[in-house]
Amino acid sequence: MNQQSLPHQIAEIASRSVKRTLRQPGVLIPPLTFPLMLMAVNSSGLRAATDLPGFPTDSFLSFFLPFSFMQGALFAASTAGTDLARDIDTGFLNRLALTPMRGTALLVGQLGGATAMGVVQALVYLGVGLAFGVRFESGVGGVLMLLVLAILIAIGWASIGVWLALRTGSGEAVQSQFPMLFFLLFISSMNMPRDLIEVEWFRAAATLNPVSYMIEGLRSLIIEGWNAQALALALTMTIGLVVLALGLSAVALRERMART
Amino acid sequence: MASARGIEAHGLVREFKNVKAVKGIDLEVAPGEIYGFLGPNGAGKSTTVHMLTTLLPPTAGTARVAGYDVVADGPKVRASIGAALQEAALDPWLTGREHVRLQSSLHGIGRRERKERGDELLERVGLTRAADRKVQTYSGGMKRRLDLALALVHRPTTLFLDEPTTGLDPQSRSALWNEVARLARDEGVTVFLTTQYLEEADVLARRVGIIDLGRIVAEGTPEELKAEIAKPTVEASPEEPSELGAVAAVLEQFGERTQGAPGRVAVRLDGKGDLADVVRALDAAGVGVSNLQLHAASLDDVFLAKTGHRLEGAEDDAAPE
Amino acid sequence: MSHATPWTVARALAWRQMRILFKNPSLFVPPMLFPLMSFTAFAGGLSQMRHVPGFDFEGGYTSFQFVFVLLQSAAFGGVFTGFGIARDFERGFARRLLIASQRRSGLVAGYALAALLRWSMVAVMLTIVALVARMEIGGNGVDIFGLYLLAVVVNMLGVLWAAGIAFRFRSVQAGPLMQTPIFMLLFLAPVYVPLGLLTGWIHAVASVNPFTAFVEAGRGFISGDPYHSAAAFGIALTMAALLLVWALLGLRRAERTAA
Repeated sequence: MNQQSLPHQIAEIASRSVKRTLRQPGVLIPPLTFPLMLMAVNSSGLRAATDLPGFPTDSFLSFFLPFSFMQGALFAASTAGTDLARDIDTGFLNRLALTPMRGTALLVGQLGGATAMGVVQALVYLGVGLAFGVRFESGVGGVLMLLVLAILIAIGWASIGVWLALRTGSGEAVQSQFPMLFFLLFISSMNMPRDLIEVEWFRAAATLNPVSYMIEGLRSLIIEGWNAQALALALTMTIGLVVLALGLSAVALRERMART
Repeated sequence: MASARGIEAHGLVREFKNVKAVKGIDLEVAPGEIYGFLGPNGAGKSTTVHMLTTLLPPTAGTARVAGYDVVADGPKVRASIGAALQEAALDPWLTGREHVRLQSSLHGIGRRERKERGDELLERVGLTRAADRKVQTYSGGMKRRLDLALALVHRPTTLFLDEPTTGLDPQSRSALWNEVARLARDEGVTVFLTTQYLEEADVLARRVGIIDLGRIVAEGTPEELKAEIAKPTVEASPEEPSELGAVAAVLEQFGERTQGAPGRVAVRLDGKGDLADVVRALDAAGVGVSNLQLHAASLDDVFLAKTGHRLEGAEDDAAPE
Repeated sequence: MSHATPWTVARALAWRQMRILFKNPSLFVPPMLFPLMSFTAFAGGLSQMRHVPGFDFEGGYTSFQFVFVLLQSAAFGGVFTGFGIARDFERGFARRLLIASQRRSGLVAGYALAALLRWSMVAVMLTIVALVARMEIGGNGVDIFGLYLLAVVVNMLGVLWAAGIAFRFRSVQAGPLMQTPIFMLLFLAPVYVPLGLLTGWIHAVASVNPFTAFVEAGRGFISGDPYHSAAAFGIALTMAALLLVWALLGLRRAERTAA
């Protein structure tokens, strides 16, 4: 491979991103433990919801499992953003700017760590879910599809983290934005199917919220089988998020890395 | 291998919103020369370096580094320069060797040469044993040495060092100086060195540019600059502390009072007499001194003469933080 | 010669904490935002839960969740104070406090007072939002006073627990130790449905969880049908006494090693 080709540069930046993510236990462990704790608590605490007329499954754990992937994605976003903000803060970005590295390589490669995190998280959540009796209506193929979608979702949110880092240049500022992203997660169909949400404004907000479609796409593979519409919507939202966030990041990077 | 061109800047200006950090810099650095860029915090040193290294486009003016225009030929400039900027800019989670590998890979150095070059540089900066440890375990001196190694990975013809020894202990500082001097002497690398430390500029640089408030206020070899001032300082300690005033009265006949050590009188000679004259005057006044010293003009004196205030690093020269 | 009393020390420290807060409004954001988010998500998104067969609560689902979120905000408000204490130790400011304070028990009181003042602002905001959301209030003035008094005691429990951790570890790295037990206590209580509708292991755990008593008593207050209120206060005050000892012993350890 041409040593200065874009794929090569992406590979180098991604390799670094993966290494430093996997070398930080403080970064890897909370995204694994926290969602699992919530999964245990909520799936038991809301089990009674399955008695509601029209509830789509009799296993609240199966219903709620996708939430863990979404929460994991937000952790990935936080990590990607904080890592890049640190690079800006310490001047490491300047060091990279003085090499022939292309901006695209930085943006895409930076997501390497988030991808690694996404894979580890997805496998853990899936493993725990399966061990506690979650069954996939879509079969083995559905499990693989869920993994792919979950990792894409992690990459999508990590792109948002990258954008926030480039805009603010500060790890603290990146962290302070995250309550807003959690809010998006809360105002969604994470706890209840949209058609069973009574409060009208909440249902409307959840309907407008792209997070709802990501959750529903993942959920459909578990409790429904192959629902083309749900999957299409989830993929559209996710890919849209990646494209939007990377586009915004490219603009922010041009402003931040003002090299000639 | 010496570069065909060194560094040239004409009317270089950089504005940030309402602040003009650099107000028109003209300078020329010959190939293979070590040029010291001296000034206090906020003078515009780092901004100038950022422009010359293409990290910041100038608001006005032109500059060429290693024969390439910093605006029109940014990538070519970057391929020819190495930079160790003010922050050590290292990733705490990577090892020294991984840093070298990343840097050389991004510069397009092939796998085999990458390894050889990496080993050579790590040995040169004394980091072979620590190469496979994460940078977060490195001392400040080790980080600076790694920083220098990374700047040299692709054999640049021009090296920018932005306050490279700030915060280092004397031993680490001395080692870095030796390496910089060797690079210029043996490999013909042009070195642009910014510093707050007068001693560093004095020892390393063939020529020095003094910057204050965004402009170069003086330029020349250290000897030329000091000779321009030509004002050595006499410092005397009275035999009796009560005679401090009497000693001061005698010395002040020969020049302006200046900052001296506690309990001593210091006066910058301004041509009204030399050391011998001072001794005779003290004798005639019947004032006894226990210690009498003559200090040659320093770059700090040059700075004071040109800007009206002292360089902040002057106090730190003997004992870095 | 200083004539400081623990109250003097407490007042001075509380004043300082509040000044920091007012100078850095962004510090308001997390303790304000999370309860509001929880309330919105639970009351808004889960209101259907009141239709689960056997859901036995007089007031609406909004007031059902309001009680939990109010107590949650009180507990976590205390924990946030613990972070502040740990930061003070990391930055060396705690040493200054220890040297300057004649009556060091006042330091615990000062942090607690500041936590209470900060939480009271959150409580006001939360109450306003709940009223705007047309929360049903079945209780009278005494009942509502009882609810907020219970929340105050829960706030103190959070402070004392987190302070004890902060005094012992003197680092924000101990944050998870402060947060996680509180989080587990909160969420292993009847958060979404009454205790009677929980099944399996969570029912067993919730049945012995002291926080269950607080939540149920609080819901009794707001619906005007007080439920084991005396027991809830008894448990809360007992825990407060134990945690006060925990915090003071932690302070003693900090005095020995931090000075």
